[in-house]
Amino acid sequence: MSSLLKIENLHVSVGETEILKGVNLELRQGEVHALMGPNGSGKSTLAYALVGHPKYEITKGSISIDGKDIIELDPAERARLGMFLAFQYPVTIPGVKVADFLRHAVSNVRNPDRKEGEELMPMRDYRKELRSTMQELNIDAEFARRYLNDGFSGGEKKRMEILQLAMLKPKFAILDETDSGLDSDAVRVVSEGLKKLSGPHMGVLIITHHERLLEYNIPQYTHVMLAGRIVETGDAELANELHNNGYAGVRERHPEAAAEEEAAKEEPATV
Amino acid sequence: MATTEALNTEVPENVNAEVSIGEYQFGFHDPTDEYPFMSQKGLNREIVAQISEMKGEPGWMRDFRLKSFEIFESKPTPEWGGDLSGMDFQDIFYYVKASDRQEKSWDDVPDDIRKTYDRLGIPEAEKKYLAGVKAQYESEVVYGSLREDLAAQGVLFTDTDSALKDHPELFKEYFGTIIPPSDNKFAALNSAVWSGGSFIYVPPGVNIDFPLQAYFRINTENMGQFERTLIIVDEGANIHYVEGCTAPTYSSDSLHSAVVEIAVKREGRCRYTTIQNWSNNVYNLVTKRAMVYADGLMEWIDGNLGSKLTMKYPAIYLMEPGARGETLSIAFASEGQHQDAGAKMVHCAPNTSSRIVSKSISKDGGRSSYRGLAKVQKGATNCKSNVVCDALILDPESRSDTYPYIEVEEDDVAMEHEASVSKIAEEQLLYLMSRGLTEVEASAMIVTGFIEPLVKELPMEYAVEMNRLIELQMEGSVG
Repeated sequence: MSSLLKIENLHVSVGETEILKGVNLELRQGEVHALMGPNGSGKSTLAYALVGHPKYEITKGSISIDGKDIIELDPAERARLGMFLAFQYPVTIPGVKVADFLRHAVSNVRNPDRKEGEELMPMRDYRKELRSTMQELNIDAEFARRYLNDGFSGGEKKRMEILQLAMLKPKFAILDETDSGLDSDAVRVVSEGLKKLSGPHMGVLIITHHERLLEYNIPQYTHVMLAGRIVETGDAELANELHNNGYAGVRERHPEAAAEEEAAKEEPATV
Repeated sequence: MATTEALNTEVPENVNAEVSIGEYQFGFHDPTDEYPFMSQKGLNREIVAQISEMKGEPGWMRDFRLKSFEIFESKPTPEWGGDLSGMDFQDIFYYVKASDRQEKSWDDVPDDIRKTYDRLGIPEAEKKYLAGVKAQYESEVVYGSLREDLAAQGVLFTDTDSALKDHPELFKEYFGTIIPPSDNKFAALNSAVWSGGSFIYVPPGVNIDFPLQAYFRINTENMGQFERTLIIVDEGANIHYVEGCTAPTYSSDSLHSAVVEIAVKREGRCRYTTIQNWSNNVYNLVTKRAMVYADGLMEWIDGNLGSKLTMKYPAIYLMEPGARGETLSIAFASEGQHQDAGAKMVHCAPNTSSRIVSKSISKDGGRSSYRGLAKVQKGATNCKSNVVCDALILDPESRSDTYPYIEVEEDDVAMEHEASVSKIAEEQLLYLMSRGLTEVEASAMIVTGFIEPLVKELPMEYAVEMNRLIELQMEGSVG
C-alpha cells in the first residue's frame, strides 16, 4: 500500500499576513506532481509549511501522512516520517563536513527510533553507500569532505540537495526550484539525478519554472497556484502551456484570485 | 601539518558510548581521610614556610616563597576581567598530599587514586598514544612515566619538585625568570605555594613524536591547586605537551592557579595544548608565558570548557628575529560560567610574526570574553600580527565581549584584527532538522562546526575528546 500525503484546506500565515488560503493537494508515493504559479503565489510557503518551518504558522486545515496529522510535529519528526524538502536556498553550515552531517541524518531517518547519542550507521556501510551514490550522481568524492554548502556554487548546492535526497530516500520529496539559477548543464545533471531517484517509492512535488526538470520527470499532475490557492490542476500538457504562454490565461480564467494577487502586491512586503 | 592529516572524516565509533547524559562527567570524588598530610585551611607565612619545609627545599626557594607571599599580600585583587568578589583566600587548603610517593607503575598508585585516573582514561591513553605522563592529584604528582628511548636521548620529564632536587642548576637558570612573582597577584600566589607541575627539558635537536601529557586532578573540597610548570625546548628540538584537568563538583569553591613558564630556543618548536574541564565550582586563574628565540615557534592551543571563572591569557614573547607565535583559543561558557580568556603576543624583535585565533561559545546565560594584547615594541620592525576572534551566542541570556588591546611602537608593522559575533540562525536549525536531526543534535553540530577550524589542529585523540566535551555541554541545553 503506497503512502499518501494529504493537504486539506491549508491556511498558512507569516506574521499577520495570510499567504496560503485553503490549499488542497494529495500526493501519493510513486507520483510526480508539478506545482507552478507566478512569484509570490505561495509555492515556497507550501514547501516550508510541509517541512515545519517555525515562521510559517498553520492557522487552519491539516497536513497528514496516511491519516496521521503531522502539523504538531517538528521538522526532525517529519523527516523521520519520510518528508524531504530540497531547499531553494540551501543553508551553509561552516565547519560541518558533508559526510559527517549526512551520516547523522541517514542514521536518524532510517532508524526513526534512534535517540540522541545512540550509535550511528556503521561507518563502513555508510562510506560504501555514500561513495557509490555519489558516483551514480556524478558527484566528485571530494564533496564528502567539504563543509556543508560552504563556498559551494549554486549548482553544487543543488547537487548536494539531490545527494541528500538520494541518501535519505524520502517517501515525499518536495523540490523547491531546484533548477533555478543554474546553467543548462547543471539543470540537466539535477534533472537526470532526480529521474534516477524517483520511482514507485517516492512521491515528488516539483516546484519549478523550468521545462527541463519536467522533461526528464514528466508529471502526472500539474497544479497551478495563484494568490495562495491551487486554482487549476491538469496533466503535463498544462505545464507546457504555462511555459509557452505564461500565467495570463490562468488569471483570466480566475479573475477573483487574480484580483487578490493584485491586492497583495499593494501591501508592504512581509516575505 | 602532520596532525591534520590524521583527521579525516573517519571519527571512531562509539565515541559517546560511556557518556552520562547532560551532567558533568567527572564530578565524583574520593575519600580524603587517609591522606598523609593536609595543611590548615587558609594562608599565612607559617603555612608557606611549612610547605617549603615539608618538601625539604633549599633556603633560596624558601626565601623565594616567602618573598612571593609578601608580593601576593601587597597586590590588590584585580577588578578587571571576572568577578572575584566571591573568592575567599582564607577558605582554601593550600597544600594537600594524598600520597607519600610518586610511582612509576599504576599498580603502585593508591587504589582510590588509580581508579580515578582509570575513569579519566589516562592509563589507556598512555598505552595508545603518549610518550610520557605525569598525573598530579591534589598538590603532588602521584605517577610519572617517560618512554625509555626519550630518556636515553636526554629528555627530562619530571615533576617540578623533583627537578629542584635533581637538576638544581638548570632549574635555577629558568625558574621564575619568565614569569616573576611580581607579574601579577596570582603569579605571586603560585610562587609562594607552588607544588607539583611538570618540568621538561628537551635537548638540542630532539624531536618528540608523541605528546607528553600531564593530568591535573583536584579531589578535596576547597582545595587550591598550584602546579608550576617549566618547559625548556633547546635549539632545534620539538615537543607537544598536553594538559587536562578535572575536579569533583562541590557546592563551595576551589581554586586552581598555575604558572607555566616556557623557553623555546633557536629553531625550537613547542606546542602546548590545554583541555580545561574543571567542574563549575573552580576558579581557574592561570599565568602562562613563553619566550621564543630566533626562528622558534610557540603554539598555545587553549581549550576552556569548565570552571566557574577562568582568567587566562597565554602569552608569547617573541624575543629574536624570526620567532613565531600562535594561539588558538576555544572557550565555552555555560550556565554560571565566565570564560575570560584570550592571548598576548609581544613582539620584542624585528621580523617576528604572531597569530591569534579565538572562538568562543556562550549558552544558557554563560559569558565569554576575549581579552587579548598584540604589542610591538620599539625596534621590532617588519612584524606581522593577525588576530581573529569569533563568538557564537546560542541564546538571548548569554553574553560575549571582546577586549582587544593593541600597542604598536613601530610604523613598519602589518597588524590585522577581525572580530565577529554570530547567533545560530533559525534557517540553519531548520535545515539540519529537516534532515532528521533533533534540535539538540542540530545545535551541537553547528557548534562543533564553529570550532572545527581549531579542533582540526589537534591530534585525532584530542579532537575527539574536544568534540565529545562540546557535545556533552550541549546536551539538554535546548529548551
